[in-house]
Amino acid sequence: MYEQDNEELLVIKGLHKEYNDLIVLKGIDLKIKKGEVVVILGPSGCGKSTLLRCINGLEKIQGGDIRYKNESIVSKDVNLQDIRQQIGMVFQSYDLFPHMTVIENILLGPLKVQKRNKKEAMEQACELLDRVGLLDRQDSYPRQLSGGQKQRIAIVRALCMNPEIMLFDEVTASLDPEMVREVLDVILGLTKQGMTMIIVTHEMNFARSVADRIIFMDEGDICETSEEPEEFFTNPKTERAKHFLNIFQY
Amino acid sequence: MQNLGIKVLFQGMNLQRLIQGLGVTGRIAFTSIIIGSIFGMLLGIVWTSKSKIIKFLCRLYLEVFRIIPILVWLFIMYFGVTTALNVDLSGETVAIIVFTLWGIAEMADIVRGSLESLPRHQIESGKAIGLSNLGLYRYILIPQAARRMLPGAINLATRMIKTTSLVVLIGVVDVIKVGQQIIELSRIEVPTASFWVYGFVFILYFIICYPLSKLSKKLEAKWSD
Repeated sequence: MYEQDNEELLVIKGLHKEYNDLIVLKGIDLKIKKGEVVVILGPSGCGKSTLLRCINGLEKIQGGDIRYKNESIVSKDVNLQDIRQQIGMVFQSYDLFPHMTVIENILLGPLKVQKRNKKEAMEQACELLDRVGLLDRQDSYPRQLSGGQKQRIAIVRALCMNPEIMLFDEVTASLDPEMVREVLDVILGLTKQGMTMIIVTHEMNFARSVADRIIFMDEGDICETSEEPEEFFTNPKTERAKHFLNIFQY
Repeated sequence: MQNLGIKVLFQGMNLQRLIQGLGVTGRIAFTSIIIGSIFGMLLGIVWTSKSKIIKFLCRLYLEVFRIIPILVWLFIMYFGVTTALNVDLSGETVAIIVFTLWGIAEMADIVRGSLESLPRHQIESGKAIGLSNLGLYRYILIPQAARRMLPGAINLATRMIKTTSLVVLIGVVDVIKVGQQIIELSRIEVPTASFWVYGFVFILYFIICYPLSKLSKKLEAKWSD
């Protein structure tokens, strides 16, 4: 679909966000190229989740601009429903719809929003389910699944909309340790297919192995950007990043 | 002849008249429950709006019906409004209007409560797959809220059925009024008439209301898994 591989899918300029008087994002500038995997790190409360939520239009912003494929998603006339179909998002809490089976959860968007052909959507859903190893759970209800399984289904649900970018908001943060791996493996698989992704995570080893670029945020601002994840983890440039990384060392 | 008091129910047209009275009770109750549920559902959705004015107006409407006794509403509408506006409404019509307005108010509050009790991230994950507001309500919120609103809605329905007994006071001949008439007529002949007639009315109300609470239990059990 794109002639240039390095086309900028997402451009954020001077993004400013505040809740009442609390400034959460202080003028963020960020560009994401197609196929890029960007990992955002930072202490809790640094605004990284809010940044993702702004990109998906879930939060109103007070200043700056977010452009997706050169279209501003913060302007009044933008059709957020169209944009959101192209920007998949997976949340920390398992957010499956509890009154629907796995397959109903996955097909809701493709059938009711995108009005796609049922057979074709079903085929894609099954293929994706198979890829995450849950094809046999398609008729289960979310409460019959483990946390890791639910999160894998949530990823499939987002993927089945054929998004151009995937946003992952601490998707393993509320999982038991033994289930983290199965979810991260799915994301790792996506990097191999060239999916553009923005990942907020606390899994440092995972960040190290998937990131094309690491962004370190603190207090609502980007402190450090590194195109060399290895370099960032072994030799961070800023004091704050150093301090942050030390927390993860025992 | 106390042991034969029950015969009062079967004298002449008594039984048939009681059943007719029950028909009036049922007509008032079920018409207002059905209309009240439909519009209450819509109003409840509107009530979840972010607008403070809309929230205030909905709250005001509900409180007006909660604070002022239904009997007073019946009187205002039947004796007051009809003369003030010079319209001629039957007691039954007035009853249906008052009970419907009450039903809408209470139902809206139940719907609002169950919608607002749903976790916020359900809305966000619905939005994240591109659902419109309408789709969000249709596929995500209403189906989940329906389960939560059921006990309250059934409780409201039985309360409405029971409260229709007030319509006697604006001259509607419902099951209780028929009962009173029968008692008046047979007081000399059957001194225990009130026991048998009211006892029968008691059973009739039970027959209507009991299946409702049974149904609610059944649906709750069905939806809980």
